[in-house]
Amino acid sequence: MTAPAPAPATAPTRGPLLPRDRARHPRPLHPDYKSSVLRAPALPPVAMPSTLSEETGPVFGHGLIGPRDNNLVLNFTGRPAIGPRILVWGRVLDGSGRPVPGVLVEIWQANAGGRYRHPNDGYAAPLDPDFGGCGRTLTAADGVYEFLTVRPGPYPWPNGPNDWRPAHIHVSVFGSGFGQRLITQMYFEGDPLIPRCPIVRTIADPRAVETLVAPLDMSRAIPMDALAYRFDIVLRGRRQTMFETRMEGL
Amino acid sequence: MVRAPDELAETPSQTAGPYVHIGLTPAFIGIAGPYPGDLGRSPVRDGARGERIAVTGRVIDGLGTALRDAVLESWQADAAGLYPGNDPRGPADPGVTGWARLAADGATGLFRLETVKPGRVPFPDGRPMAPHILLWVVARGINIGLATRMYFDDEAEANAACPVLARIAPLERVQTLLARRTAPGEYRFDIVLQGPGETVFFDA
Repeated sequence: MTAPAPAPATAPTRGPLLPRDRARHPRPLHPDYKSSVLRAPALPPVAMPSTLSEETGPVFGHGLIGPRDNNLVLNFTGRPAIGPRILVWGRVLDGSGRPVPGVLVEIWQANAGGRYRHPNDGYAAPLDPDFGGCGRTLTAADGVYEFLTVRPGPYPWPNGPNDWRPAHIHVSVFGSGFGQRLITQMYFEGDPLIPRCPIVRTIADPRAVETLVAPLDMSRAIPMDALAYRFDIVLRGRRQTMFETRMEGL
Repeated sequence: MVRAPDELAETPSQTAGPYVHIGLTPAFIGIAGPYPGDLGRSPVRDGARGERIAVTGRVIDGLGTALRDAVLESWQADAAGLYPGNDPRGPADPGVTGWARLAADGATGLFRLETVKPGRVPFPDGRPMAPHILLWVVARGINIGLATRMYFDDEAEANAACPVLARIAPLERVQTLLARRTAPGEYRFDIVLQGPGETVFFDA
């Protein structure tokens, strides 16, 4: 009896990228999201195989990241921000299901009242003097990232006559190739505003929307401290090379 | 497209929204608390080899208005055509990081990239692509980041032989990818999101 060969530990960092499945992504033009009307290209993108330009990408060293960068509760002033404390964590994987280590994950969000620390946000809810709203980290060897933050509030926005954004956290992630670059939004399990949101509804496939909804994860909740939500992120995969296939079959 | 049965589907994109600066360029909007400074302020360090260039431009919507909230990222090879990081052909110029973040100016919409002119990089079949810089644009109303390439109008011979530019039809649309040289070392490159003169975007 032969033991199954262990899969390569981490996602490949070289080789051609698999094409994007555009049907899982939002439509560029979605008139219910009014800002897309003048900003969506009218013509389809030119499809081509990836080249070294897309297959390579920037590398970020640990020296860039400070010890509090992934702690949004404390990283603005050192005094704790107001709101329900939550741990947001997950793994960054590529299409092969293998972890992507050492990549930069950045998040930004509104405070617990639904207000952003941004010159263009004039919502009535007050700023929290102790909340900036941004965090960043590098994924660990097993692709795991985590942030301690406060649960952001929902907020109204000028689109339809009475549109509200569900509570969400913006997430920006790098892969090993610039062609894997992705920005998305994480939502919270059970939020009734999710199916009503015109931005969520730019994604036609309800199964794709489900992957943006982070479930409560009591296995990582910190007793007497913070609830936890899990959000795994899958980047575009790379085509298996002959070399890798042989390695896996040995 | 059809995926291999064991291939996981990519996480869907969502717009970066109007407050993207908080996450990507917090210092640009005056959030000084968490970090010493914004990432990607320059794609080159002192001592980078090659011709110093600067590119100025705007991102323009379907009515001809410049976006004042766009954030761009650039990615490029060094002057010898090698990428920093994980290029399988070998190490690049240590003076080149290759990556920058560019926030459009809140009043004028102008962005500016100061860098070195990249060298030629091979297409998968080995033919050289013309010198180019990848640009990726996000903003409110852009549901999935838009990837384009900036080429140079003073590289006519290399452009004519570039296997990527050769894929573009009609051929006139190649013009939307050419940065115009306005002075020695100075280029202008506007990105038109929609309508007449719409920039070519890539799915690569």
